[in-house]
Amino acid sequence: MNLIVAIFRPEKLNDVLEALYRADVTGLTVSRVMGHGGETERAETYRGTTVKVALQEKVRLEIGVSEPFVGPTVKAIVAAARTGEVGDGKVFVLDLAQVHRIRTGERDQAAVTPAVKIGG
Amino acid sequence: MSSPHLLLALQDTVPALVPADTAWILVATALVLLMTPALAFFYGGLVRSKNSLNTMMMSYVALGFIGILWALVAYSLSFSEGSPWLGGFSNVMLNGVDLAPKGTIPHLLFMAYQGTFAIITAALISGAIVERMKFWPYVIFISAWLLAVYAPVAHWVWGGGWLGTRGVLDFAGGTVVHINAGVSALVAALVLGSRKDYGRQAILPHNVPFVLLGAGLLWFGWFGFNGGSALAANATAALAFTNTFLAPMATLVVWCILDTVRTGHVTAVGGATGIVVGLVAITPAAGFVSPLGALALGGLATFPSYFIILFRARTRVDDSLDVFAGHGIGGLTGALLTGVFAAKEWGGTDGLLAGNPAQLGKQALGAGASFVYAGLMTFLILKVLGLVMTLRADQKSEGLGLDVTQHGEEAYSTGEGSILVLPDESAKVAAPVGVPFPATR
Repeated sequence: MNLIVAIFRPEKLNDVLEALYRADVTGLTVSRVMGHGGETERAETYRGTTVKVALQEKVRLEIGVSEPFVGPTVKAIVAAARTGEVGDGKVFVLDLAQVHRIRTGERDQAAVTPAVKIGG
Repeated sequence: MSSPHLLLALQDTVPALVPADTAWILVATALVLLMTPALAFFYGGLVRSKNSLNTMMMSYVALGFIGILWALVAYSLSFSEGSPWLGGFSNVMLNGVDLAPKGTIPHLLFMAYQGTFAIITAALISGAIVERMKFWPYVIFISAWLLAVYAPVAHWVWGGGWLGTRGVLDFAGGTVVHINAGVSALVAALVLGSRKDYGRQAILPHNVPFVLLGAGLLWFGWFGFNGGSALAANATAALAFTNTFLAPMATLVVWCILDTVRTGHVTAVGGATGIVVGLVAITPAAGFVSPLGALALGGLATFPSYFIILFRARTRVDDSLDVFAGHGIGGLTGALLTGVFAAKEWGGTDGLLAGNPAQLGKQALGAGASFVYAGLMTFLILKVLGLVMTLRADQKSEGLGLDVTQHGEEAYSTGEGSILVLPDESAKVAAPVGVPFPATR
């Protein structure tokens, strides 16, 4: 049972969602964040004011998954979000102490993406 | 402009300026000029936020490049004496364009008024190639297009060319402006290819209020476009003005009904589009049809554009903002319906309903000729330009958005994470503005 946190380019969000759907991973949270991953900075000019844009827009995806889903989920995200340029992002896999499904009160394995693949 | 020959005839008998006419065309020129910023809002609201500045600048930049090119060269090619196919060079560099009367208004004012039409026509095309075309190639494209497509077609219809002499009715530019721009837009979309996300993910308007604002301002400006095309403050101007008032109302109402029948809702983007289609359709007819004819024309013109927009979205043709459906098809419908509803008693030649089916044939000739010519020439211009420059932004720029990659600006910048580059520092950071430079510097 792990929490997968992925941070990647916003323009790759649709590709990632599609890849996760194909991997039967359902239930996730997405937020828009700002970050810096060592990529080249951009210059913007507004009349006389020139700025270096150090923080880029990124999206942050959080998914709680059961053990068998960790590998496929990470694989799907990495494959879909990659462009090969600096700034593609990171995937973090964290241990989870507990999970509760609010609607039913189910706990842990029962409350995350199913332990057994549908049809598997 | 409706009838250049009438104008020339008037010039002989009424050599004097008429102050009322001059006053109205002064105002109308400003009204039509406002339509280009209005178009920028209409188009800018329809694209994604990361491309909104680029899309709006594609309209605004026409005010500069097209406007100057018009004054220096294209006006002469459109309106000076020449062959039936193209005007001459006698008015190049505004030579001979002075304060003497042309009709009943100063020649210089006539040139400026016509220039506002050229500007918006070129800007209209941008709707088909937004979110992917590089900016400078776009500027060069519309500049070449003005000279190679707009100027000849304007001459054919209004400048004493072969379509005008054959009796094709085009009051304010259904053929010259809308069919011309609409067909060119379709061809440009095909030559450039679709956006990388097109058909793969939803591409939604980022600011629908902008779209409504743009449509409203377009309507306001269009009173100068159609009402001013009488080139006088007279009864024809009043008719064209009133028809411009009525026809979009009918289109808007029919559009709302069609939307409701199909989706269960009246949509804002649909309503804004309906207004523009109605304005496009009444443009060739404005000074030739009765007010009730204008209502009928506006209502009928809804159907082809409405259904072609639905059809187009299911194809691979990424005419992104439906310039062809709105302006090409709207203009074609308007041009043909002008041949149906035109009535002598309201100032036109009799059309089909008044027992003159031949007028419909003339209208089809005018529409068809500009359809074919604009399509072929646009294809040619883009193919030739494509040999010497890259027309499209690369995939990465398209993903990042053209605002940042083409203009080095963002529409909705928060300033968070931005580091001010001080003047002495920016001299050291010699990288051209807008071009990425390494973070390590």
